[in-house]
Amino acid sequence: MTAAVFFGCAFIAFGPALALYIFTIATEPLRVIFLIIGKASEGLKTINPDETAPSMRLLAYVSGLGFGIMSGVFSFVNTLSDSLGPGTVGIHGDSPQFFLNSAFMTLVIILLHVFWGIIFFDGCEKKKWSALLVVLLTHLLVSALTFISPHYGINLVSTYIIVVLMGIWAFFVAGGSCRSLKLCLLCQDKDFLLFNQRSR
Amino acid sequence: MLLGIGLMSVPFVRRFRGRAMLTFMASDSEEDVCDERASLMSAESPPPRCCQEGRQGLEDGAGAEPWRGQDSEDDFDEDPDHYVCGGVPGQPSGLEEELTLKYGAKHVIMLFVPVTLCMIVVVATIKSVRFYTEKNGQLPYGAGREQSLQPAVSLSIYTPFTEDTPSVGQRLLNSVLNTLIMISVIVAMTIFLVVLYKYRCYKFIHGWLIMSSLMLLFLFTYIYLGEVLKTYNVAMDYPTLFLTVWNFGAVGMVCIHWKGPLVLQQAYLIMISALMALVFIKYLPEWSAWVILGAISVYDLVAVLCPKGPLRMLVETAQERNEPIFPALIYSSAMVWTVGMAKLDPSSQGALQLPYDPEMEEDSYDSFGEPSYPEVFEPPLPGYPGDDLEEEEERGVKLGLGDFIFYSVLVGKAAATGSGDWNTTLACFVAVLIGLCLTLLLLAVFKKALPALPISITFGLIFYFSTDNLRETKRRKCHVYPAKRKKQVFGASCLVAGARLTEPRTRKVWRGHLARRHSPG
Repeated sequence: MTAAVFFGCAFIAFGPALALYIFTIATEPLRVIFLIIGKASEGLKTINPDETAPSMRLLAYVSGLGFGIMSGVFSFVNTLSDSLGPGTVGIHGDSPQFFLNSAFMTLVIILLHVFWGIIFFDGCEKKKWSALLVVLLTHLLVSALTFISPHYGINLVSTYIIVVLMGIWAFFVAGGSCRSLKLCLLCQDKDFLLFNQRSR
Repeated sequence: MLLGIGLMSVPFVRRFRGRAMLTFMASDSEEDVCDERASLMSAESPPPRCCQEGRQGLEDGAGAEPWRGQDSEDDFDEDPDHYVCGGVPGQPSGLEEELTLKYGAKHVIMLFVPVTLCMIVVVATIKSVRFYTEKNGQLPYGAGREQSLQPAVSLSIYTPFTEDTPSVGQRLLNSVLNTLIMISVIVAMTIFLVVLYKYRCYKFIHGWLIMSSLMLLFLFTYIYLGEVLKTYNVAMDYPTLFLTVWNFGAVGMVCIHWKGPLVLQQAYLIMISALMALVFIKYLPEWSAWVILGAISVYDLVAVLCPKGPLRMLVETAQERNEPIFPALIYSSAMVWTVGMAKLDPSSQGALQLPYDPEMEEDSYDSFGEPSYPEVFEPPLPGYPGDDLEEEEERGVKLGLGDFIFYSVLVGKAAATGSGDWNTTLACFVAVLIGLCLTLLLLAVFKKALPALPISITFGLIFYFSTDNLRETKRRKCHVYPAKRKKQVFGASCLVAGARLTEPRTRKVWRGHLARRHSPG
């Protein structure tokens, strides 16, 4: 298989996750590490109490992204390395789109982990046990869907529907609203990072 | 080889802090800068005179000596100026702790990149150049034979017990014995080094370091380049090869032992660490390598934290003499820089260099542009007000080259021998980084010299063996699925003949079944 397949699938699977990392975490690594240590060691008493609410959401997002990237990498990196070697995909009758489908599946799992992280942390904080249960059940559902893997149509479409639903839920849980979404899309939101970049 | 091995003492993590009075800045920003920088830790840097020597030594780097240094004694009493901005008694302790953690976090990032780069170089080489996974001239798949080079002979002096034994117990015993020999050599060499240092035989030590780095930069580079060219089937004539290796080696010697741009020095240190790690991966027998990794992290822990450990004594001696501890074999993430006075003429301000620190570039003193070669420290000129004294500051964190080497050995061996392929390698990589992160944060919290190996190597070993075995069981289970599918394909036709299919372990079985299918028909 060609280098085009390798790079294409690699970017499909990890592109959005890397973009999220570069644009949101890489610019403020200290804040992230600092939050994580601060949360991890309460005894140091370094956390400003006013910052508890937004920092917990940031922690949820970061941990979701971390879990997602690790799970995506572990599930996909061997497939990617095989795609650089010789071979014919699907010679025994399997789907020849194996790599592409795996890449999309990996992408959706990474995004799901991010959303699950946000919803789960919020559920834990506000003691909304239903949220925790839904996260757990959808996790099991998506994993079960991967068992029917040769039938990529059902597999991918249902997982993407789930990710859209989870995304919307996580958006509202994280404090977004239709109004803030509109402001963001019209680049009028002062807190959004693109706005800051434009104003420079 | 003997020199290289001999300089294996244990790795260390060490941080410096100093103070800078940047008088050409506005006073309020000066305080902010001071607050930020001075809050690094309560550990201090040696006084300016020693920083100069320290810096010289900083640029020295050679061989494979992992170093452990002690980051710690309190200069507070000796030099009250050192914490004019931070660590001031008036500051609330919570804020100081917070800034301390922030600085610890900052150094975590400054070290992630070089450690990652070293590991990437080693893993890339292991995965592409077959030479480093061959054992003594024999390819693992028996595809061909090549003569291994002389270093194999010298390293087998340290690991004389062969691992080619019939029983597992014997192999384990041999690897433990090899480890004992190796560790005793390391301990002996460390003690020898401490003794030399105590009796001020600096020339001998410098000669030793220079010989080690010569060997690494020329001989091992030549071997490495030769193997890479062979792998990619690229022809290179001897004059070109000589020119390349000569340039690489000569610039390396200059950068490491004398002066050079910081980035180039860091790059060379990373490269020699990677080369040394590759040598270890190639020439240490399999099980011995893992046991050695475990043993050396235990030794590290013991030697750094016990009062009579050789390295601790070395560190204390160096601190008594107010000298830096063998900067030659230490990776430094920032350079030492001198700060000029506002009223100095521009020519002397040419000595200003900026530490490589993107955060600091936000401050107003980046007007001096790119950092250049670390310069000689300028003595303070008389006649200026006391506040404007020139200070030398050393920022950043130092990690011994041995740390790089052993981290890379761990990850490289996982890449070479892990049955889970990339999963095992990545797991070990993440484990090492987590360990490094924890070590640096502990350093920020405890403010004393800490061994950099134990946590990372422990996590790395745990992750390696668990991921390896997890992949083994997964792989065995996965084989059921393709077999079943094959059965389905041929199952229909075989049912016609009434033949019962067994698990298709070899192609011969299939051919047999197919023949049976055809014969009655």
